Amino acid sequence: MTPNDQTLEVIPLAALLDRTRAMREQGCRLVQICATRLSDEVELTYSFDREYRMSSFRVVVPAAEASVPSVSGIFWCAFLYENEIHDLFHVEVSGMAVDFHGRFYKTAVKYPFGGVKPTAVAGSASAAND
Amino acid sequence: MPRTIIPFGPQHPVLPEPVHLDLVVEDEKVVEARPSVGFVHRGLEKLVEKKDFGEFVYIAERICGICSFIHSQTYCQGIETLLGLKAPPRAQYLRTIWGEFSRIHSHLLWLGLMADAVGFESLFMHSWRVRERILDLIEATTGGRVIFGACKVGGVRRDIGAEAARHILAEMDGIEQDARDITRVFLGDSSIKVRLSGVGVLARQDAYDLGCVGPTLRASGVAQDLRRLGYAAYGELQFQPVTRAEGDAFARCAVRCDEIFQSIDLVRQALAKIPAGEIAVKVAGNPKGEVIARAEQPRGEVTYLLKANGTKHLQRFRVRTPTFANLPAMIRLLQGCDLADVPALVLTIDPCISCTER
Repeated sequence: MTPNDQTLEVIPLAALLDRTRAMREQGCRLVQICATRLSDEVELTYSFDREYRMSSFRVVVPAAEASVPSVSGIFWCAFLYENEIHDLFHVEVSGMAVDFHGRFYKTAVKYPFGGVKPTAVAGSASAAND
Repeated sequence: MPRTIIPFGPQHPVLPEPVHLDLVVEDEKVVEARPSVGFVHRGLEKLVEKKDFGEFVYIAERICGICSFIHSQTYCQGIETLLGLKAPPRAQYLRTIWGEFSRIHSHLLWLGLMADAVGFESLFMHSWRVRERILDLIEATTGGRVIFGACKVGGVRRDIGAEAARHILAEMDGIEQDARDITRVFLGDSSIKVRLSGVGVLARQDAYDLGCVGPTLRASGVAQDLRRLGYAAYGELQFQPVTRAEGDAFARCAVRCDEIFQSIDLVRQALAKIPAGEIAVKVAGNPKGEVIARAEQPRGEVTYLLKANGTKHLQRFRVRTPTFANLPAMIRLLQGCDLADVPALVLTIDPCISCTER
């Protein structure tokens, strides 16, 4: 076991609930759910830990009208991450155990990382030339 | 029975930072607590697109004023993994020492806040008086009291010389004695016991299922401490996670008390074993790839997801702070508690809103 003992796998959206349920049955805890905005897509990374070993899987959804099912029926604590993803990235999450209806974060700009991407970010041609 | 919603926060005497709870009560019993955060959300994660990965250490360290050093350390460890380099052994030990200084001063700060919350003003002042001694050591070794500025990608900026090491060891003796005096009161005073024992019980399995971390989890009997991963110098030091079985507010207080002495012991071990040598290595190139770096902050596990594409700017920087992981437990703890216990229960997870509002 090392600090970097971790795996990451990309899975289809249809497998999200089954894979999450399998993690629960293996005795894992939910460590985090992270959204990353790409140019036209949103990556959602679900990370789990069991005895210091971290496993993550990732689903990629289109940024426009992004929608995923909630995993809070499996890991109740997921509702916080899911509300965050909704409020910051404009990803609709259906069936959250606790739904703040967009009022979990009070940001000046609604969905600051959602919608049409406002500016080019690292990874674009200009950034690559730095 | 009719229900009433009582707003708690965002400004409240027990809260040093803004968080809001809608407390749904029946008579004097809380039946539901609905939190809302975001009052001071700073969007620091977004800044990664404007600051290069070396500069961003300064941003990471400013996520929180209490666990500032461990934020910068975790970020640097993640970047070093992506760059395929390792900080020199002496730097790993120095990071460990400063990390444990952070833990001691964070726990003493929390003890003071808890003493204040239960109306024990003199204990609050003594806790923070002892904390000043640690802040003085941090200032003497790094130049800062809140922001250390000592960690960088590839190592650290400052060293601790032989004379400073002797001074730290002497201070550890004094701080240990002071800490024994005040923790004896926290763990032995009958009014504190009555106030915290049996209040806000979190069963072992519930704590694990809710994703709790740090003292909140360990007070429910789960021996999980990310320092066991062996990052920095922890793999070469002897320690066991501090746990309690009771899972109540008193147990969460007791775990933090015991962890102060554990940290003092780790500082002594680290100073006894610290090897001579360089404190930083040269950094070349840009990070590429993806990693989740983890460390044990005073409040529990912090995770840094770092995604890089070979340019000087990261693609994604995401922090999951221990307070965020402990919020579900706080909601669960408040269900069914007496209204008068809410301030103490909120404090027992040691909420750090500036961390959460990164």
